Amino acid sequence: MIDFHLDPKSGVAPYMQLVQQVQQALRLGMLKVGDQLPTVKQVVAKIAINPNTVLKAYRELERQGLVAPQPGRGTFITATLADDSLSAHQALRDELEHWIAKAHTAGLDHDAIEALITTTIRKAHQART
Amino acid sequence: MNTQILHTRALTKRYGHHTALDDVDLDLPTGAIVGLVGPNGAGKSTLLALASGLIRPTSGTIDVLGTRPAADAAQLARVGFVAQDTPVYAGLTIADHLRLGRHLNPRWDTALADNRIRALGLDPDKKAGRLSGGQRAQLALTIAAAKRPELLIFDEPVAALDPLARRAFLQNLMEFVADLDISVILSSHLLSDVERVCDHLIVLAEARLQIAGETDRLVAAHHRLVGPRGDLPDLPPGIDVIATDHTERQTTLIVRNTGPDTPPALRDAPHLDLEDMVLTYLHRAAGTTDQTKTPMEANR
Repeated sequence: MIDFHLDPKSGVAPYMQLVQQVQQALRLGMLKVGDQLPTVKQVVAKIAINPNTVLKAYRELERQGLVAPQPGRGTFITATLADDSLSAHQALRDELEHWIAKAHTAGLDHDAIEALITTTIRKAHQART
Repeated sequence: MNTQILHTRALTKRYGHHTALDDVDLDLPTGAIVGLVGPNGAGKSTLLALASGLIRPTSGTIDVLGTRPAADAAQLARVGFVAQDTPVYAGLTIADHLRLGRHLNPRWDTALADNRIRALGLDPDKKAGRLSGGQRAQLALTIAAAKRPELLIFDEPVAALDPLARRAFLQNLMEFVADLDISVILSSHLLSDVERVCDHLIVLAEARLQIAGETDRLVAAHHRLVGPRGDLPDLPPGIDVIATDHTERQTTLIVRNTGPDTPPALRDAPHLDLEDMVLTYLHRAAGTTDQTKTPMEANR
């Protein structure tokens, strides 16, 4: 079962953090169709978060077609995000690692690399939309 | 229409010449977990005391769960209030407290109280005066919840607790909310706690309401615009400038989008986190900006 956490410094709304953690787990194949998400009370008792926030996150995941509530039983994963692209991950990761090594050689530190990646992703995203 | 947990219009409380709360309008829906924040002396305790019926307004109106606070015994039973420092009777045991609660409250939930004390691992024969701060807070929370109110009001419930006790208290409070379907208003200086547990926010400063609303929506409506000094973008109507900050080269605007959609001018502007957003309002109320002391460009 997925273990939620909250990062107060992320600047991302708490409900969205839960949504993203489920999406991330689905993308990486850590959650599969049929898996159950923790109950609202379990999440609340574990990370001291507002139950409405958990409900809001689960509703958003339901809206995205990723989970479905089964009355009296809980909320279950109904779709996966780990599509065919999962098989391409390893090759892409290798290339990225190679690129990061090159950036290090060129004298960029961790923060500079992260800044470069973030701005490039943002620009590419803007160019596509 | 659902009854609101808190509805005020022009709510004002004065003590002699001192205005503790000035012209406050609030609408908070049933089911909300409300965080009340602001500096010391902002009027937080006054607002909570008004809501629990301990004091009466000088002018204006306040309704809690649809009626005047502490209007009658029935209304008193619907609201649980825990004052600052979670007071308990030092000379009485935990069991005494629960017995007292049972006698004084018509809707007392004996099973809930006993189960919670057991789950907390507390000895019923222990005197409340010998409990740790965290245990005392848990006892006060248990008593308030066993009353089975529709609304729980806490004045600074976790201020005196260490981080571990604070987290445990909030876990228990959120479990009660999930189980009992209650609304909560709590004041706190700890914005990280407020962000974690509250879905609605009230910011008070200088006895006045600065901003209130659904936390996620408030955060989504506030942006930070950074540009070269003096070269400020033309802002479309519907965008309020909350703060302006100049450094030698840069100008930073904190703006609030009051419209339903995000206009193009704000689309790439980052959001503030909850803490920065609240601090911007507190600085504005105090008449200072973040780094420089430029006067506010916009006053609401």
